Amino acid sequence: MFTLIIENIEKKFETHKALDNVSFNIPENCIFGLLGPNGAGKTTLIRIINQITAPDSGSILMNGEKLSSKHISSIGYLPEERGLYPKMKVGEQALYLCQLKGMTKNDAMKELKKWFEKFEIQEWWGKKIEELSKGMQQKVQFITTVLHKPKLLILDEPFSGFDPINANLLKQEILEIKKQGSTIVLSTHNMTSVEEICDNIVLINKSKKVLEGNVEQIRKDNSSMMYNIEYHGNFDKLLPTLTSDYKIVEINTTQLGGNIKIEVLNKELTNNILLERMMQFGSISSFREDIPTMDKIFIKTVQKNKIQN
Amino acid sequence: MKKILLIIKREYLTKIRKKSFILMTVLSPIFFSLIAIIPAAIAIFSNDDFKKIAVIDETRIFNEALTNSKYLQFDFISAQYYDKNTSKYDVSQAKLDIKESEYFALLYIPHTIIQGNKGAVELFSYEQINLDLEMNISNSIEKKIENIKLDLKAEEFGLSHEDIENILKTTSSNINVKSTIIDKKGQEKESSATIAMIVAYILGFMIYTFVFMYGSQVMRSVLEEKTNRIVEVLVSSIKPMQLMLGKIIGVALVGLTQFAIWVVLTITFVEIGSSFLKTSPEFQLNQQIANNSPISAIDTLTNNEHLETLPNIINSIVNINYVLIISLFIIYFIGGYLLYASLFAAVGSAVDRETDSQQFMLPISIPLFIGIILLTNITKNPNGPIALWSSMIPFTSPIVMMARIPYGVPFYQIIVSLVILIGSFIFTTWISAKIYRVGILMYGKKITYKELWKWIKYKN
Repeated sequence: MFTLIIENIEKKFETHKALDNVSFNIPENCIFGLLGPNGAGKTTLIRIINQITAPDSGSILMNGEKLSSKHISSIGYLPEERGLYPKMKVGEQALYLCQLKGMTKNDAMKELKKWFEKFEIQEWWGKKIEELSKGMQQKVQFITTVLHKPKLLILDEPFSGFDPINANLLKQEILEIKKQGSTIVLSTHNMTSVEEICDNIVLINKSKKVLEGNVEQIRKDNSSMMYNIEYHGNFDKLLPTLTSDYKIVEINTTQLGGNIKIEVLNKELTNNILLERMMQFGSISSFREDIPTMDKIFIKTVQKNKIQN
Repeated sequence: MKKILLIIKREYLTKIRKKSFILMTVLSPIFFSLIAIIPAAIAIFSNDDFKKIAVIDETRIFNEALTNSKYLQFDFISAQYYDKNTSKYDVSQAKLDIKESEYFALLYIPHTIIQGNKGAVELFSYEQINLDLEMNISNSIEKKIENIKLDLKAEEFGLSHEDIENILKTTSSNINVKSTIIDKKGQEKESSATIAMIVAYILGFMIYTFVFMYGSQVMRSVLEEKTNRIVEVLVSSIKPMQLMLGKIIGVALVGLTQFAIWVVLTITFVEIGSSFLKTSPEFQLNQQIANNSPISAIDTLTNNEHLETLPNIINSIVNINYVLIISLFIIYFIGGYLLYASLFAAVGSAVDRETDSQQFMLPISIPLFIGIILLTNITKNPNGPIALWSSMIPFTSPIVMMARIPYGVPFYQIIVSLVILIGSFIFTTWISAKIYRVGILMYGKKITYKELWKWIKYKN
């Protein structure tokens, strides 16, 4: 089951194509990373999902139905360009924004009380937004985004402006919201957080989709087949036997052993075969496949794309 | 629809809770009523100070006519300045002398006054002489001279003074010309061209000020949401068109609230002020002096003309159809405001800072200015072709039509002008919404007219 099915979306501004035949699906109840360099078309796509702008062609299905204004109340959106009314009081403002999302005043009040207690910010209720620090404002903004329990939560760079402690708090909240059954679309440049919390991603570059799939799978697919191995014992005998299938990238030896970085040239070989071979010559204290970070995959994919164009 | 109401409510409440709104709303009526009350108050209270007037009276008959009061004392100094050699009074020396003296003014009554030469009485002072004092003196002298003439006539006809007075009272008549407009239904009302002109100007300027004031409030409000970056959060919950309409309606309600409070407070303040003046001892004293004058009947017969026209003016003011004017004012204010407010909203959405808005404000302000400039022509010729056409063109019609209404405008013209106005504001709102929708999400770019045109052509 998919929360969103995005099909052949095209959007043109004058001569510039913001989205070029973009299609992908967002599975239900997952954290979905929407990645791409600046100006790739992410914000345009998010605005189309939020029905702020309409695509030139293509279609979007939400929970199997054509996306329409009735879905607005089941979407929560935290835009990158966000803000609140500086002169308005925190509580009043939160109530207002939640009512705009279709909640009744009483429901909004009840839920807000809960969230304010949870974040221990009850005493902010009567303060004006401009009296709060930027991080505090972000918290209020986040609460107003998720308060109506959206089925689909779209967060555009949610971690910007948070200190590490609050960023972590936010991460926990996002995971909690997922646990409750929502689907979360996360647009960010922070690749560490993508690795940590995203289940699936799509990478858009220059208005086209260039990469899509499960995060673990993508990292595996992009594996450079490098292994870092620490060992105890004498490896002099081992090294000559490896040459046909493996390439030694780096080697540091100490009196007791050392560490070695090798690249597997024969893709048929599994980790276990390699381990088996090595165990005959000494004891392995650490064996780690060098899986590329999302950061590297991102840069590699975008650069590869640049060369192709 | 429920969401538009939320927008309207927020816009309205934040605006009317602002300190500047409260100050403007309360202080303006005080200001308006002061304008109405101060001249009256000055007239009444100005003789607060005790004043001594030196009098050179060549006729030597006004000793009793010029009565002293609490505030006014007449000292007859004629003898001091009489030059026996020339048999003349040295007025120029007296003028110099009062400069350093306790006297406020020098009153010079030449002997020619007996022949009825009113202009010959002169009052010299080194300070501003108020109207009250002038009238007080001229009335007293007039009355005295009239009494003298009356006595002469009485003697001639062998009647007593009282007899003549009674005759005069019974024959006294008060003639003035009333100009009356007969409307199509045959109902008559008094009118005054001057009053109509004043009302026309006031109405025209009020519409102009209101449209401009609240229009730019809409612009500022749009700009505020854009610079606060809250607008994208909002448009993910509500359509830009709804947001814009909610804002425009909210500010309109603020305007109407302010207008209503102004009307009520101004009337209240003027009432309080005038009743306070009426109960003040000074006012009653003045009234008494007026009532006690011996020949008040003749007074009204021969006195200054402006006293006679006063009832006319009051009648004309009373006869203005206030219900019609206030309701048309509200309708034209709403129409004109809606026409311009959406344009103001579009300007606010297209720029990043208020200072950048100047270039787009120009084409909006010019038609409004033209409306004001046309007022002179319209008050001269309220049914001429310029007045007719400019009250049909929607960009000037709210100002011009309001200015024409005191002169009487055919009903069908009002209807046609309103229909055009309504059609036009639907059109400008539609165009503005297209600009607004794109503009609010566009940052950091200097927008040109060419770009605005492109935005209008965007499909969605």
